[in-house]
Amino acid sequence: MTGSSGFALFAQLFVSLDQTTSTTLKVQALADYFGTAPPADRVWTIALLSGRRPRRTVTTTQLRNWAAQCAGLPLWLVEEAYPVVGDLAETIALILPAPSDMVQPTPSTPADAPITTLATMQNGAQSLGPTADLADWIVMLRGLSQADDKTRHQCVLQAWQTLGTTERFVFNKLITGGFRMGVSQKLMTRALAAATAIPEVDLALRLMGHWDPAEVDFETLVLAPDPQANLSRPYPFYLATQLDAPPQELGDPADWVAEWKWDGIRGQIVYRGGTAFIWSRGEELITDRFPDLTEMLDLLPDGTVLDGEILAWQHTHKRPTNPPKQAELPLGDVPLAPATEPAVQAARIPGLAGQPQPFAQLQKRITRKSVSKKLLQEVPAHFLAYDLLEIQGDDIRTQPLAQRRASLEQILQTLPADAPISASPLVQANTWDGLADQRQQARGYQAEGLMLKHRNSPYQDGRKKGDWWKWKLDPLSIDAVMIYAQAGHGRRANLFTDFTFAVADETGALQPFTKAYSGLTDAEFRKITAWVRKNTLERYGPVRKVRPELVFEIAFEGIQRSPRHKSGIALRFPRMARWRQDKPASEANTLADLTDLLSAFEQ
Amino acid sequence: MTKRTTSRTPVLSFTDKGIYCAAADAFIDPWRPVDRALITHGHADHARPGHGAYLCTEAAAPVIRHRLGNVKIETVPFGQAVAMGGAQLSYHPAGHVPGSAQIRVEVGGEVWVASGDYKVAADGLSEPFEPVSCHAFISECTFGLPVFTWDPQPTVMAEINRWWAACAAAGKTAVIGAYSLGKAQRVLANVDTTIGPILTHSAVEATNKVLRAQGIALPETTQLTAEMSAKSHPGALVIVPPSALDAAWTRRFKPVETAFASGWMRLRGIRRRRAADRGFVLSDHADWPDLNNAIKESGAERVFVTHGYTSIFRRWLESQGYNAAIVETEYGDEAPEAEEDAEAALLPDASDNPPEPSGAGA
Ligand SMILES: [Zn+2]
Ligand SMILES: [Zn+2]
Repeated sequence: MTGSSGFALFAQLFVSLDQTTSTTLKVQALADYFGTAPPADRVWTIALLSGRRPRRTVTTTQLRNWAAQCAGLPLWLVEEAYPVVGDLAETIALILPAPSDMVQPTPSTPADAPITTLATMQNGAQSLGPTADLADWIVMLRGLSQADDKTRHQCVLQAWQTLGTTERFVFNKLITGGFRMGVSQKLMTRALAAATAIPEVDLALRLMGHWDPAEVDFETLVLAPDPQANLSRPYPFYLATQLDAPPQELGDPADWVAEWKWDGIRGQIVYRGGTAFIWSRGEELITDRFPDLTEMLDLLPDGTVLDGEILAWQHTHKRPTNPPKQAELPLGDVPLAPATEPAVQAARIPGLAGQPQPFAQLQKRITRKSVSKKLLQEVPAHFLAYDLLEIQGDDIRTQPLAQRRASLEQILQTLPADAPISASPLVQANTWDGLADQRQQARGYQAEGLMLKHRNSPYQDGRKKGDWWKWKLDPLSIDAVMIYAQAGHGRRANLFTDFTFAVADETGALQPFTKAYSGLTDAEFRKITAWVRKNTLERYGPVRKVRPELVFEIAFEGIQRSPRHKSGIALRFPRMARWRQDKPASEANTLADLTDLLSAFEQ
Repeated sequence: MTKRTTSRTPVLSFTDKGIYCAAADAFIDPWRPVDRALITHGHADHARPGHGAYLCTEAAAPVIRHRLGNVKIETVPFGQAVAMGGAQLSYHPAGHVPGSAQIRVEVGGEVWVASGDYKVAADGLSEPFEPVSCHAFISECTFGLPVFTWDPQPTVMAEINRWWAACAAAGKTAVIGAYSLGKAQRVLANVDTTIGPILTHSAVEATNKVLRAQGIALPETTQLTAEMSAKSHPGALVIVPPSALDAAWTRRFKPVETAFASGWMRLRGIRRRRAADRGFVLSDHADWPDLNNAIKESGAERVFVTHGYTSIFRRWLESQGYNAAIVETEYGDEAPEAEEDAEAALLPDASDNPPEPSGAGA
């Protein structure tokens, strides 16, 4: 390895990270990289590791075709090899011959043509030599979005001719837009802290929000950011840990604040300089999807940051009459695709002038490209605030929760009663048993359970154990029969891991109702894979229809009617809780059991 | 090949017991008990217990005897013709592991070759692969996809040496998983022994002992015992069967770094699933270019493929103008300890192709 170019260094980093499962070694490799890589490459690496990947500029079909051509192989063979490898970028890197053996697409371009013969390309796309850095390659890739197919083809071929196997793989990963390095943003920040001696929390804050790696330099982004540079910047989210022990172990309930755990989109509303920004937990700016949430923000003090949940909402005062009416509809008669779906009727929630709607409703607001007036009316949004992180421009995250909560309630009081923002109500009880009773109400409120937060907790960053706990309801579950199997991806590309499950209707016919692909160990997947091979009835491309014999316990968090699913039912967060090797298919649950669960859930 | 007289019975046919030679009334690498078995090499999916009589090469016999115990084995030197019924048999180096052979069968001027497992590149341990001209070639294709290409052995061994030296320098024990017949000795025969002491798992050492006794030179090794630890053997390389990579004994050698040597390490997904710290791409099977070369060199008009990505490889051969068919075998299916091709049982489309009608004449 020459190791001289920035891109070679980056490919080497990729290999080091890929070669170890040790967190310490990963952080060390990254920290070393941040200490030695060209500054522009460091910015791009930070971008790649914080979900700011470049968009795909070439279709995978084009890549497959070009690779087959270069390797002198028929396309079908490349397509057969792909599912075995499980990754297109890797498949291509593995089949490409040494640069000197690459089959030339046009006879006029000899194998040893100097790179400069391809140098002049249209629309700003540039050809690059072996000394190019990561930043150069990414800028080239971005440029391809403006280029025509011929230029794209030339650029990709030229890259393949220039790069070695590992670099080709990394390049292919970048161009297919699916680049992952097995390092979380958290670890990356830790490594950056080790390399720069800047505290991790400060770095996390600097890297939040909207910045373009092509426009910002390492100095401005990391080393000396201008505090006024980005008014939109949210705070790193503090995430709760799943409570697995009984809550009694947390000590005196008086030390804890309980609130509903809503099933919406966790978000932050940032209001600074008279402008509002809404961020999702995935650090996506989603302001334009929720114009209704920002309507009355100017009533709040400038320099306010709220943490809370975005929910699809139904105002109680708008539908005051006869709430039980829809619940009385016979279950079988509920139309599967109503023009406007009747809102699921939920119990009235103390402290709220409206009701959260199922997540599927909210999905309409995020999946549609534009938010029409009709949609705003049909599915109004509401923000239930959990926390106050900044007030009048002051970062108050280190204050105890109880104090932040008091300030939150105080500023939200100034909003009118029909404002789209309100404080998420607290759940009051003096004992753990009392809270446990309340928690049983969660499903009826469209909540997933309770959140337990220590009164004195600061608003931390990331998932820090001890102060914040999710105390979720036990999942619903049903025993179902596996009827289709499909191979997984990446690490599990060679195992059957994606299954479709069915239950029997009254005639005994199996009705598929959900897919699930997680929850089992690799050892179990291996065993099932061997079984699938021997028990395949039919193949449809990558999917195999198998003998309906294996029974799995499917756990899920919610169940609702869905016109988009053939069965008319959609599960929320389905996964395999257990492989019921003790149960024959005849003892699995039935469609009638599933319908019972649905109606119980809708009560 | 010269023109042959057309015989009505095919030289070899494919049965549910194994590849059958009617003229000799014998089976090649059968997986069900038969009276007379012609064995290509000692891996568990090829040399199974329970047959009446075994015929293998002189070099393969000691390991087979060691593995199968008291069975009736006759041996033949490489290249020497043996008449059996109406057939002429001879064994030719397959380059897979020491003693491994391709079996050449000639009946009435028609020549068929069953490859067993083979690798074309020299490994410094096994008798080098020898191309054998034939009319019909039964070829394995464990790695019959163009994504499988191997770096030259010196390149891979240099990587292994670098890794071991780095482990030793960092005060770590280097533990490498390698199949106990073939791969383990190949690593042993080619590794830089000046880096540190070499320890072996009992399964590996047992095979070493057999091979040394038949005159194969291997560097000095010490069998692992319960008393040994990182303290008693600092900077050691420990060679173990893949299944022992994460066994309890490794605790005494902490901190350890694990590696796995196999052709499957070419794929990142499998490397990660194996969860060893390192994967070295070192195979005892032919890679894609070598499979294609070996088939071409054989001069065969008809090619039967077994063991691997058979349906894809058959289609490829047909597109290259061969008359190709799939042979359903039970090689590579069982015996997790056996070897590299056993790993194929975990892969899609490696061992689950629809059965072809038996009989080479089909
Ligand atoms: Zn073998
Ligand atoms: Zn084999």
